[in-house]
Amino acid sequence: MSPLCRFLRTPEAVAGAIILVALFAMALTAPLFFPRDPQAIAGPALLPPFQDWSLPLGTDRLGRDVTAELFHGARTSLAVGLAAAAAALVIGAVVGTLAGFAGGLVDEMLMRITDAFQTVPSFLLALAFVSVVGPSLGVVVAAIALGAWTGPARVARAEVLSIRERDFVAGARVIGMHPLEIAFREVLPNALPPVLALSSVIVAAAILTEAALSFLGLGDPNRVTWGGMIAEGRTVLRTAPFLSIVPGIALVLTVLGVYLAGEGVVETTAVRRSLS
Amino acid sequence: MSSPLLTVSGLTKGYRRTGKTIAAVDGISFHIEPGETLALAGPSGSGKSTIGRLMLRLIEPDAGHIEFEGGDFLSLNGAALRARRARLQMVFQDPLAAFNPRATVARVLDDPLRIHGITSRRERPRRIAALLERVGLSADLVARAIHEISGGQRQRIAIARAIATNPSLIVLDEAVSALDVSVRGQILQLLLDLQREERIAYLFISHDLGVISAIAHRIAILDAGRIAESGNARTVIDAPQSAIGKALVAAAPKLNRTSVRDAS
Ligand SMILES: Nc1ncnc2c1ncn2[C@@H]1O[C@H](COP(=O)(O)OP(=O)(O)OP(=O)(O)O)[C@@H](O)[C@H]1O
Ligand SMILES: [Mg+2]
Repeated sequence: MSPLCRFLRTPEAVAGAIILVALFAMALTAPLFFPRDPQAIAGPALLPPFQDWSLPLGTDRLGRDVTAELFHGARTSLAVGLAAAAAALVIGAVVGTLAGFAGGLVDEMLMRITDAFQTVPSFLLALAFVSVVGPSLGVVVAAIALGAWTGPARVARAEVLSIRERDFVAGARVIGMHPLEIAFREVLPNALPPVLALSSVIVAAAILTEAALSFLGLGDPNRVTWGGMIAEGRTVLRTAPFLSIVPGIALVLTVLGVYLAGEGVVETTAVRRSLS
Repeated sequence: MSSPLLTVSGLTKGYRRTGKTIAAVDGISFHIEPGETLALAGPSGSGKSTIGRLMLRLIEPDAGHIEFEGGDFLSLNGAALRARRARLQMVFQDPLAAFNPRATVARVLDDPLRIHGITSRRERPRRIAALLERVGLSADLVARAIHEISGGQRQRIAIARAIATNPSLIVLDEAVSALDVSVRGQILQLLLDLQREERIAYLFISHDLGVISAIAHRIAILDAGRIAESGNARTVIDAPQSAIGKALVAAAPKLNRTSVRDAS
């Protein structure tokens, strides 16, 4: 049975995949369905959902279209989540590979730096970084990656430590390959599977961190974010709870979808690896 | 007389184990002439593989000298060492473990040609095809992944990779031990042909005296990190002087008889 078949037979994985597909569809079609600036006023303020079919999810305190905000917010969540996770995985894999492969003083130094980053709670780190540098999409991505690369670095290092003892690494040295080429072309690709297995957790955490930063007003002010929407809705929580509930549900579903689909991929490929 | 291709003197390597250091290789000296095969034999744990790895600078000795092609091999470092490696190659025992699990045949043979600038990028595919033909393989194999070919084919690829950079010496650590008997004979024949045509010297590490007597000119028998005896391969195998040599020879005919019986 191919991994794809096995994936499709796991109900949680399929549920996760469906959520992810819907999310990507929302993100990709946002400028198509809602070409107007989502932060522009679209109707009367505080219109409840399902009242006016041109504004299906109603409007917020300022009369902005919640549906448009939700769609455009999906773009931000996905972009930040994926970019931050990708950055964290790349940084972690490179640092872990260098530490594990070089050994000695380089290893010692890199791992102490990793320790230092790991002891600071990653949300505080992100908060401090954005407060100092100022909120923009790139800074938010960097801030989240800053707190997320240590896990991949540790996993990569452990994997590299075992791989570097294998004959094919000795073989690469014997043919005169440069140590950096050995580290990144021979060793790193073989160390990647367990590192990549972390990606769903990291993407989910990154999306949550982004929402939390936006909730605290440290998101990119020029973009709609779900965290920002929840914060906006908080002021009218009693009279218009849907303003917080709608983006809240979107956030929970997204994190769940990323996690379930990611676990599904890891499960199905892990089975394949243990069978071969 | 020409000077030897390789001179090893006083080579020593110890491993620390639970506090005290045990010498895996203990003051070994030997030399290899161009185009000659020196066999290293000895019981398991006698230090054969350690010597091979020391020769290739995969591990560093505690003491001793290695002179290779008239230069001090142990003083080389960095780029100079990597460049010199073209002339001193190795074939490993397990042909599957010796290659990156993700590699293809083409990549395995392309790497040494690229690293040592043997041929231009445009010429390389032709050179790779020639190497494959040289070791008795079809050029159609280039696109295959390493795990998609047989063990015998893989060991031929390992030999092709080793000869890609025109080495003068190849260390073969149990290079035919993992192969079944019929394939073993073919690989030994290939090694003999290559030696005759290209004058490559071999340091042939094996515990199989039958194989050694088929390929080696001289033999050194190791015992616990020291050379117990050495000399002409025929002479030593026919009439060993050391206790360990006698023990190895006494064990060998039995092995040969069973293998002959198995084959028939
Ligand atoms: N990395 C290591 N750490 C500690 N001890 C080692 C290490 N490598 C080898 N040794 C020890 O050094 C000695 C020589 O080992 P070596 O691998 O050279 O033996 P060998 O002659 O190749 O044996 P075999 O025929 O089984 O391959 C052995 O006692 C071994 O346990
Ligand atoms: Mg050995």
